[in-house]
Amino acid sequence: MLEALGIADVDALFDDIPVALRASRLDLPEPQPELELAARLQGLADRNRTDLASFLGAGVYRHWTPPAVDQLLLRGEWYTAYTPYQPEISQGTLQSIYEYESLIGELMDLDVVSASHYDGAAATAEAALMTCRATHRTRVLVSRAVHPHYRQTVAAYFGGGLEVDEIPLVADGESAGTTDLAALERLLADPDRPVAGVLAGHPNFFGLLEPMAEIGRLAHAAGALFVAVVEPVSLAVLAPPGSYGADIAAGEGQPLGIAPQYGGPYLGLLASTDALVRQIPGRLVGMTTDVDGRRAFVMTLRAREQDIRRDKAASNICTNQALLALAASIYIATLGPHGLRDVAALGAARAAELELALAAVGAPRLHPGPYLNEFAVRVPRAREVHRRLLDRGVLAGLALADIEPDDVTLADALLVCATEVTTSDEIARFAAALEDVLAGRPPIGVEFGAGAERSERPRAGAGSPR
Amino acid sequence: MVPTDLRYTKDHEWVRVAGDEATVGITEYAASQLGDIVFVELPDAGRKLDQHATFGVVESVKAVSDLFAPVSGEVLTTNDALTGAPELVNGEPYGDGWMIRIRLADPAETEGLLDASAYDALIAAG
Amino acid sequence: MSVVGERLQPTLFERSRPGRGGDKIPHPPKDALDRLPASARRKTPPALPEINEPEVVRHYVNLSQLNYAIDTGFYPLGSCTMKFNPKLNEWAARLPGFATLHPLAPDEVAQGTLQLLWELEGILAEISGMQAVTLQPAAGAQGELCGILMIRAYHRSRGDTERDEVLVPDSSHGTNPATATMAGFRTITIPSAADGGVDVEAFRAALGPRTAAVMITNPSTLGLFERRIGDLLDAVHEAGALAYMDGANLNAILGRFKPGEAGFDVMHFNVHKTFSTPHGGGGPGAGPVGVGDKLLPFLPSPRVLKADDGSFRLERPHERPTSIGRLRSFVGNTGVLVRAYAYLRAHGGSGLRQVSDDAVLAANYLKHRVGAAYQIPYDRPCKHEFVASAAAIKHKTGVRTLDIAKRLIDHGFHPPTIYFPLIVEEGMLIEPTETESVETLDAFADALIAIAAEAETDPDTIRSAPHTSPVRRLDEALAARHPNLRWRGMVGADTPCPD
Repeated sequence: MLEALGIADVDALFDDIPVALRASRLDLPEPQPELELAARLQGLADRNRTDLASFLGAGVYRHWTPPAVDQLLLRGEWYTAYTPYQPEISQGTLQSIYEYESLIGELMDLDVVSASHYDGAAATAEAALMTCRATHRTRVLVSRAVHPHYRQTVAAYFGGGLEVDEIPLVADGESAGTTDLAALERLLADPDRPVAGVLAGHPNFFGLLEPMAEIGRLAHAAGALFVAVVEPVSLAVLAPPGSYGADIAAGEGQPLGIAPQYGGPYLGLLASTDALVRQIPGRLVGMTTDVDGRRAFVMTLRAREQDIRRDKAASNICTNQALLALAASIYIATLGPHGLRDVAALGAARAAELELALAAVGAPRLHPGPYLNEFAVRVPRAREVHRRLLDRGVLAGLALADIEPDDVTLADALLVCATEVTTSDEIARFAAALEDVLAGRPPIGVEFGAGAERSERPRAGAGSPR
Repeated sequence: MVPTDLRYTKDHEWVRVAGDEATVGITEYAASQLGDIVFVELPDAGRKLDQHATFGVVESVKAVSDLFAPVSGEVLTTNDALTGAPELVNGEPYGDGWMIRIRLADPAETEGLLDASAYDALIAAG
Repeated sequence: MSVVGERLQPTLFERSRPGRGGDKIPHPPKDALDRLPASARRKTPPALPEINEPEVVRHYVNLSQLNYAIDTGFYPLGSCTMKFNPKLNEWAARLPGFATLHPLAPDEVAQGTLQLLWELEGILAEISGMQAVTLQPAAGAQGELCGILMIRAYHRSRGDTERDEVLVPDSSHGTNPATATMAGFRTITIPSAADGGVDVEAFRAALGPRTAAVMITNPSTLGLFERRIGDLLDAVHEAGALAYMDGANLNAILGRFKPGEAGFDVMHFNVHKTFSTPHGGGGPGAGPVGVGDKLLPFLPSPRVLKADDGSFRLERPHERPTSIGRLRSFVGNTGVLVRAYAYLRAHGGSGLRQVSDDAVLAANYLKHRVGAAYQIPYDRPCKHEFVASAAAIKHKTGVRTLDIAKRLIDHGFHPPTIYFPLIVEEGMLIEPTETESVETLDAFADALIAIAAEAETDPDTIRSAPHTSPVRRLDEALAARHPNLRWRGMVGADTPCPD
């Protein structure tokens, strides 16, 4: 190639970089041949602990993923394919996205589903922005029981002239831990600050079921749109957003066959009624025909996207989470409606078992209301208890003080969950270990993970805050 | 040669004046530049428009364009047929593809618009 | 009316038959859901397809065969950097230690991943010449939003609330102005100079006390290094604004130019471009962001920190109040970042510089070959990509770049990027990357030249291309006018399955 170009070496092609701005070299480790690099990567992976009995949920859930999902995903035609801008040679991707939109649309009972967003938090923030665009109002209300990361993301997206207000929660009684409807009504009543959208989670961050139909009614009565933040597996058994008046639904699709991977890539679910189809950001795939009359699929309503609308685009989103949407589709197709229902129901059964086991050793539920498979329990000095349970090989959910350090009502609470992969054995282990810890008994004969040193080494603050 | 009974803007809108009312649409040139029109977003009746302000959006498969009010006035009606058949803008840009009908706030504004030959010259220049 | 073509597949819904599938999950106790209030429960099960696993597998295997992919052929897509996706990286990301780790697990349980992320930040900081890096953004566009939000926070922190404008060149990627709008800024678009580079004087005229930032891609979206970048950066800083670099074209300058050292205040990386993580049919990616001193306090939270004892941890809430907060849940698209880390460690410093050398050489070679039949508007050495124009072919034969792109499919190639950047008439943006053999490059150039010749003798065949793909040109107007975005109703037993 150098010969064809008539140059001696490739440096000539970089002459246009001003001398003063040229880099010297990259001060990085030497290249590693595959064998060595593989050993290094394995070594790093081994420094993570995988042997814990985990009851941790809080937005990311362990489920059994049929091996068919990953084996199909490993086909190069799926994972090394580009965005389907040339539909004639991308019908695989395009049909799978159309099917994904249809599957999620059915789960949500909503008409339009975007081809995916980054994660549940970004989808929630985009949903909030949609309500402002659609109503030409600038204020949204978000229930305090929506996942803290999602609320923080909405706040970051809203920093430029749009307002977010928090809807407080009921403090005591049967509805403790859920959205305070009376407070919501008061927030909606301000004539000078009309509300574009009301956002509530179902189940909420504490695992509790919320009065969604009522929240929706209050929102609509004030001319606001209603956004439901939901968990997809629960939709196999819980009434879906479309059935209780949600205009938009957002959520995290990770539970649909996607591994936890320490944070992502996940799957932002975003769906809306037909009326909002031109407001929904992200790609959409629709059905059409080709010149010979064949059924085919194509990205459509593209003019809304950033490459065409530029500064008038609804969102700047370009790359999405297409491969994860495929994973979710394969998971749903493999399990079927009854399998998905069984996942949800079995998780509920295990969670009920967990509730009894923990209450029996002195850790009762924090809230009385109905839950599906996640709930908070009251435990004194929860962070320290969590730490000691870790020493005993139990990842006892999330110490709520770690994610909501300013909320004193959550200082002595753990958020725990169970799914279809949680075993009765693990539950018994958790309860026994908790009983020991609460009684002040030291650990004996416990396995330690690689590289973990268990002594009374002081750490800055007990537990690992998020 | 564009219809001689209409006036035009440099943003490719046309205006048909009848008394103190005007019908507004986009020209065949604009429609062909956009390609197959898929959606037209129009204002509600009653909305007051200033001359040159944006009154809506026309969307094709591969492009989006703002629509600019050629004259000031109040929107009387919009062409509902465009909701189900946006392709009327491509097929009948000066007829059934009309977009909005307004009551003129200042009829003298139409004097400042391009006539047919001036508009033809504009699009010939490219 | 519409026929399912012979190599095409019915939808999942058409394959469904009542009672099929399942048996993956044990049956729950019958009363498992009785404790839930009836009002909260679904009245009917969701109408999801019921399909046996063998058919599910065939469905997805057969569908995959309808896809073009890097693993099947060459993608000369300018601005996308479609390089080979190393298989080691897929193995690494799937290691159970990485894959099963919950993002809220305590730091002490996550030391391996935290160390990997911390090291990755350091590698990206060295590549970019920046002081620090955040791995949080889920994509380049989210990285852009992160950068612009940090810039806004910076100006506000100095009491400067008048800056509401962002300047971009007219060749910019659409995400740049879209990002500015999302962050509440007005975009001012500055026309490029005749040589395709930024017009520094035009920028100077637009820069002022209302400018918050300038967003520049370097090399530009035309594949040309911005020779006047030093002057531009000086002008930006003199006006009190900050300079954002869109790092989409980093594949051209690894080891040759460090944006942070040159004066950029912030930039994003597209790891799914430069660092080989797979595109997955549209995503996922990741868009880490590097910053200089000015923006360091505003990085999103949590950062990955190394303690004095050598252990790693995540920053705690409230530990850094100046942070812009978070733009997503948890720490980032870690699975994607593991792949990028593996790629970067495999190459090392010398390997990365070689990547750019090879990418730039390949692009210049291809430009030389393609120039035999197409106009090359900017007649100087390009970087990792170049733009060609079919304007002359269109004027002579009526055959447009779109048609040429579709005809390339019949030659077995994915088309290049077309009609971007917007400033070139009938443009094709071509980026070979460094992982293609010269035989492939020659075959692609030969195909383009053959099509140019065919345009003179048989333009109709080109205008109706492609002819050999599973489906031919689609009615996109129909799809947009009467959107069918969701399958309605499950096919009953009386309708036969198309296959």
